[in-house]
Amino acid sequence: MALLSKKDANLIKDPLADNNPITIQVLGICSALAITAELKASVVMAISVLFVMGVGNVVISLIRNIIPSKIRIIVQLVVVAALVIIVDQVLKAFAYDLSKTLSVFIGLIITNCIIMGRFEAFALGNGPRRAFLDGIGNALGYGVILVIVGFFRELLGSGTLFGMKVLGDPIAKTGLYSIGYENNGFMIIPPAALIVVGIIIWVQRSRNRELIEEA
Amino acid sequence: MAVDTEKNSYTVVFAVLMVIVVGSLLAFVASGLKPMISENQRFEKQQNILYAMGVNDNEGDSDVSFVPTTEVEEAFSKYITRQLVVNGSEAVERDNAYLIEVQKELVKVKNGEQGELPLLVGEKDGETYYIIPMYGKGLWDAVWGYISLDNNMVVKGVFFDHAGETPGLGANINQRFFMDDFKGESVMDGNTYEGIAVAKGNNDPLNNDKEDNAVDALAGATITGNGITAMIKESLKLYKPYLQTLRTN
Repeated sequence: MALLSKKDANLIKDPLADNNPITIQVLGICSALAITAELKASVVMAISVLFVMGVGNVVISLIRNIIPSKIRIIVQLVVVAALVIIVDQVLKAFAYDLSKTLSVFIGLIITNCIIMGRFEAFALGNGPRRAFLDGIGNALGYGVILVIVGFFRELLGSGTLFGMKVLGDPIAKTGLYSIGYENNGFMIIPPAALIVVGIIIWVQRSRNRELIEEA
Repeated sequence: MAVDTEKNSYTVVFAVLMVIVVGSLLAFVASGLKPMISENQRFEKQQNILYAMGVNDNEGDSDVSFVPTTEVEEAFSKYITRQLVVNGSEAVERDNAYLIEVQKELVKVKNGEQGELPLLVGEKDGETYYIIPMYGKGLWDAVWGYISLDNNMVVKGVFFDHAGETPGLGANINQRFFMDDFKGESVMDGNTYEGIAVAKGNNDPLNNDKEDNAVDALAGATITGNGITAMIKESLKLYKPYLQTLRTN
């Protein structure tokens, strides 16, 4: 017997490919622009969102029948904000160094529209188990794009990966730089992320033409 | 019993209960963890101060590496020999001056009131370090740091940090390739007070020129860089009368 039924497995698989939150639903673009200048930040952000989405979706799903529909958006915001603050405080008390690395992302998580989107579109209408899988799936789909964009931006913009000089030293002119290669300064500014995301969208749609929206 | 979740009264009661529950939960968590958090922040301050005077675990080209948290208290009392509060060209000793919140004191000074400006004196390998805390603003949020000078106002080391600068751009102010450039730069140009500028296009990426009162800026972080320039200039200005009295040339 499979661990997950086919329907449940699709909750995780779909957002990774044909229903990706960034490239198909075009959500979460703001944070994808802001923090993908380096790979490490992308990975940390992906993990943080994975946690908040998994837990948040379950919480919303558990209280979905008692939330007054008129203020459901506010309730969702409160749940995300409270979760994020608790995580931040616990990290500050027990893993101070880690919390310093994360500090800038903590605030960004609250504003991530994918989280609100999944609460609204999925957790409000499904049980906790499926909501959890949906949260994990979407967070992974978001994280994969973040890591891809971060990889190209850091490699082409700074010549490094995770801060390690993989292409040689640009100032001492070693490695690739000795034959005249230059870092592309454009890649480290946010508009470059839009271009990389655009290229991913193009590649994805040219491989699966069903995804192309009617004009 | 089915509740009508559409009713206004239900909505109001739910909102009130939610605020009470979430509010007390957060208050409970925050007050429970507060002692641990402020202890961590105190250690961090000590680590940063020691870092600025070159007491750290950096090896070769490695990332920024502080004295371990478990040893920092001991190292701090070993290397920091005097803690002063500066007022004009005078300075008086004060226990735990490093805990003074510089941010508030700088605001007081700006408003024309009397502020308490901490200055720490460190001794390492027979050399004296005058360590000054700084506070300013970057692009998104606060930036702060410590700068250690010798008695001729030449920089011996710096440490910068930030609350929320852009990762990969302005956030790099706390990386060694930026901070190390400040070593050897002077705050003075002859007899005039200049500060140290984070300069774009000073055409000195290796920072060999130590006479230009400038270091090479970070690409894509103009406003953070300007913030650092202003922070150094504004904070150190207040200490200048006292630092002048220490000059030997």
